[in-house]
Amino acid sequence: MIEITDYPIDPESLRESLADDGAGGFCTFEGWVRNRNEGRAVRRLEYEAYAPVAIAEGARVIGEAMQRFPFLGARCVHRIGTLEIGELAVWVGVTAPHRDEAFKACRYIIDEIKVRLPIWKKEHYVDGDSGWVNCERCAAHAGE
Amino acid sequence: MKNITVRYFAMFREHAGLSEETLRLDVATARDVFEQTRSRHGSDEPEGHCKVAINDALADWSSPVQDGDTILLFPPVAGG
Repeated sequence: MIEITDYPIDPESLRESLADDGAGGFCTFEGWVRNRNEGRAVRRLEYEAYAPVAIAEGARVIGEAMQRFPFLGARCVHRIGTLEIGELAVWVGVTAPHRDEAFKACRYIIDEIKVRLPIWKKEHYVDGDSGWVNCERCAAHAGE
Repeated sequence: MKNITVRYFAMFREHAGLSEETLRLDVATARDVFEQTRSRHGSDEPEGHCKVAINDALADWSSPVQDGDTILLFPPVAGG
């Protein structure tokens, strides 16, 4: 249901894997690597994860989404390693009989994954500097 | 005293300059391990922003630690 990969994510094969005759709605979220963050020009990102805990916690998130917004199928893949601007960092897909559950479950899964799974993102800036995202103290250290 | 293996991730690994070490510590909880390793490696990230796992299971800072446990220290996460 949730995977961590250091290979490029293939949305088409993920979409096909969720095919279901009972599904009337399919909702996806794709997280892309953007060229700016908080006013700074970003050259590339580096993602790191601790897979054993990320996969277990991700399964809990998907289970919670199923209880709240009963869906038919859900998959999530998060990329790790070095990613260039425009690359796909995370993919979430949900099928449900109707669109409402698909939208809500997809939103729940991506929102929880961002704050609960042990996944870290280091930004490498165009000016040569770098920093871990969401880590203000860390940024202070980097300047020392 | 307990033998505790501590694993550091992302910025914690960079601060510590290593990804793992086994220490002999006088500790009762995951919080104690975090505080002792923080002073050891000069990090001051507040625990409220961080997470901890004991032997691959997410835990609370007040969770007890046993001799031989592996404590995983996770700095603020940023998936997606």
